[in-house]
Amino acid sequence: MSSMKEIFGSFLLRELFGGLAVTGRYLFAPKTTVRYPEEKIPQSPRFRGLHALRRYPDGEERCVACKLCEAACPSMAITIEIAPDENGKRCTTRYDIDMMKCIFCGFCAEACPADAIVETRFYEYSAESRDALVWTKDMLLENGERCEEQIAEDLGRDMKYR
Amino acid sequence: MLDIEIDGKKARASEGSTVIEAAERAGVHIPHFCYHKKLSVANNCRMCLVQIEKMPKPLPACATNVSDGMKIFTHSGLVADIQKGILEFLLINHPLDCPVCDQGGECHLQDMAVTYGGARSRYREGKRVVSPKEGGPLISMREMSRCIHCARCVRFGHEIAGIMELGMTGRGGSSEIQTFIGQSIDSELSGNMIDLCPVGALTSKPFRFLARSWELSRRRSVSPHDSFGSNLVLHVKNDRVLRVTPHDNEEINECWLPDKDRFSYEGLASADRLKKPMIRVDGALREVEWNVALDYTAHALRDIVGTHGAEALASLASPHSTLEELYLLQKLTRGLGSGNIDFRPRRRDFSTDGKHSGIPWLGLRIAEITDIDAALVVGSFLRKDHPLFAHRLRQLAKKSGRVSLLSVLEDDPLIDLHARITVRPTGLAGVLASIVRAAARIVNVDGAALPEGIDPFPENEAVRVIAESLVNGKNCAVFLGNAAEQSPQAGLLHALAAELARLASARFGFIGEAANSVGGYVAGALPSGLNAYEMFGQPRRAYILHGIEPGLDCHSPQQALFALKQADMTVVLSPFAGGAFADYADVLLPAAPFSETSGTFVNTEGRIQSFEGACPPLDRTRPAWKIFSALGNMLGLPGFDYDSSARILGEIVPPGSAFVDGLDNSLTGSANLFMETGLFADGVLQRIADVPIYFADPLARRGAALEKTKDSFPPEARMNAKTLERYAISTGDRVYVRQGGGKALLTVRLDSSVPDTCVRVSAAHPVTAGLGDMFGTLEVERV
Ligand code: SF4
Ligand code: SF4
Ligand code: SF4
Ligand code: FES
Repeated sequence: MSSMKEIFGSFLLRELFGGLAVTGRYLFAPKTTVRYPEEKIPQSPRFRGLHALRRYPDGEERCVACKLCEAACPSMAITIEIAPDENGKRCTTRYDIDMMKCIFCGFCAEACPADAIVETRFYEYSAESRDALVWTKDMLLENGERCEEQIAEDLGRDMKYR
Repeated sequence: MLDIEIDGKKARASEGSTVIEAAERAGVHIPHFCYHKKLSVANNCRMCLVQIEKMPKPLPACATNVSDGMKIFTHSGLVADIQKGILEFLLINHPLDCPVCDQGGECHLQDMAVTYGGARSRYREGKRVVSPKEGGPLISMREMSRCIHCARCVRFGHEIAGIMELGMTGRGGSSEIQTFIGQSIDSELSGNMIDLCPVGALTSKPFRFLARSWELSRRRSVSPHDSFGSNLVLHVKNDRVLRVTPHDNEEINECWLPDKDRFSYEGLASADRLKKPMIRVDGALREVEWNVALDYTAHALRDIVGTHGAEALASLASPHSTLEELYLLQKLTRGLGSGNIDFRPRRRDFSTDGKHSGIPWLGLRIAEITDIDAALVVGSFLRKDHPLFAHRLRQLAKKSGRVSLLSVLEDDPLIDLHARITVRPTGLAGVLASIVRAAARIVNVDGAALPEGIDPFPENEAVRVIAESLVNGKNCAVFLGNAAEQSPQAGLLHALAAELARLASARFGFIGEAANSVGGYVAGALPSGLNAYEMFGQPRRAYILHGIEPGLDCHSPQQALFALKQADMTVVLSPFAGGAFADYADVLLPAAPFSETSGTFVNTEGRIQSFEGACPPLDRTRPAWKIFSALGNMLGLPGFDYDSSARILGEIVPPGSAFVDGLDNSLTGSANLFMETGLFADGVLQRIADVPIYFADPLARRGAALEKTKDSFPPEARMNAKTLERYAISTGDRVYVRQGGGKALLTVRLDSSVPDTCVRVSAAHPVTAGLGDMFGTLEVERV
């Protein structure tokens, strides 16, 4: 009995139409594809994009050179060198994140006692050479300056869940 | 032995031990802050509280002695509650500083807070703030709010260093650890307080903010400085030594380390490091490749030996070189046919050479020092020459052992001395002879066997007291220090010490100047021709210098520099470019310092300690044993094919031996020991040349932080009031100090520790590099 059904089914292209029906349904369903880069998808305040180093409103670097982010990083993407600055304050003389190694887990931001290293919503930093994908301290600070408003807002929104 | 029970497990404890010690033995850790195995019990942190059966209240484990049948609970619910409470109290005033604290990652308080503390802070009130203190160039005391008042640092000064430099002022919440008003921390053992401090209140200044503890690889090594061979841990990051800490070795350095060994590592990265081989071309030193430099050296040496005979060559190595280096240098020199090889550049009197029955050494094991009944130290600036030897003597004196000192300066050894005699350098032998005679009288031997030509001082009270202490004690020792070995009477002093030891049935030995003072004898780096003094006194045509800077490291820099400048060929192996080399070196070969080569030091008790390099050699630097092997091969000498330093070591001592054989201080004859000098004439001014602690060797001299300590003050002409009066000069005057053809411009300072008609002019400093013998005569002339 079931073999008869199969024979008729295959002659009448039942499976084909079944498949086409799915296609047809999606043809008229609302579209989820966005036309990047003209269009972009919405982001959560916890979005983990490119890193930034932040400053206090008076311009002082937040980072206290504790190296906890470096220690927390599971892919060893962060390289920090430290030394006392001219005022005897602890500070980083080098702060590099290798974006080719980084897996954007956010552990560094989690480890940071000073909310100095954060991950911003910015993710469009593709480059043509490997060297350009190593973000240095200056670049990260600059990114921080550019995104500070958004960072502060995002951190604020996340605060009540911490 | 007592039977006790710790946490339900049976254990045995020795009578009189404390609960914390017993638990440690049984493998149970009791958390503590103020307790330290080498310090007295302070019992002030309360972290070690434990529950003991039948006791109504918990008791501090560090201050409670065990008794038979005691049942101890170290982790019961009550104890856990107490620990949590204690930590909460400690953290009330402790800043939340860990991210910026150098102690972070190796902090007792951090560890305890994580292990025993509560998860949350309930404290909302203000914290106390303690103002930063000035702790000198080695110790940072900027964050004293972190102090938990365990008083370890205070007890250390009092009990170990012999001088209390930190104290606690105020009470309760306003107690603060401070230096004494107007004083800094100057002890030569001060760095140990950094290790002792359980938190980040006292931290290392040179290491400040350079790395975190978890990024450092720890590599074992042996100190290249004094003759103890203290065990080190080198903390390395990116091929750079960033800090040095002690490695516990009860037999040698216990858990301590002198500041010289702890902070000299900065010299390893000094700007003065030699990076490439250099040879003199048209009067100037030029960098060349290794093959060129070695080729040039081999040719030049062979030429000179061929034309002028092998006697025209002399080699001098630093006693801070490794055993392998000393061995290869003597092999190379002898291979070329010359017997002019030595490793004792600061020695003046070599009259005992060839008369030794064995290898001169300390005469007993380091660990035995604290067990003797009476000791006499002759000619030593104890604290500055041998900080840890002085520490052992200090402990000995505390155990009511009698420590006496016969020296040339009345400096404060911070030891509770039984008796002390201070004489001019030429008087050392006379006084020692007088002690020998007194000892002979006490033991009823007719007439001591005094070496001929000696004129004993009249016996006085101190002489008698010293002789009695040595004769009456069962287990005594006589030690000869650096000044005794460097003095023009070294041979005499040796013979006299031997005689005194014989009469008093004591042991005697040499404290030893450098890391390989014994090793040089083991390696056979001894002259069969000219010794270290003669090789410059009778200038040679070619010199090989290894690891020394003759202007600073020789008995008579004047004579050494003169000889070197007129030589045709001077080959220098050194880790440092050393400014003065430019004047006379024809070849400069960058040789690796101790941290970058494998090697062996034989310490003063004859202990063989090998170590590996902690980091690769800097730039084109190479381990000296490789340089000597290559040079030996290029010169066509047999037996220079070594592929490791262990091979070389195997040729010197039987594999696997822990101590060298043939240690023996006795002399096989005492004829001709007397060194004639014009020093005895009345009215001549005599020089006392101490070697300042941080100038003693090329590496220590380059420790940037050590340079800022009080011990690194530039040499002055120090005299006592009587001498000043006699020459009508006063403190602050500028004078020329003349010796032979050389002079030095120095400031005069009144120093009551200097004996009459003596001038203390330190050696080993560029300012005094033009002067002559360390213990010679000198003239003082007002500018
Ligand atoms: S970014 Fe934060 S975690 Fe990293 S070193 Fe600076 S303060 Fe420490
Ligand atoms: S002393 Fe210890 S607990 Fe205190 S701030 Fe430093 S690391 Fe943290
Ligand atoms: S400074 Fe350190 S060692 Fe001294 S009392 Fe304070 S915590 Fe203890
Ligand atoms: S360790 Fe016992 S009270 Fe501090």
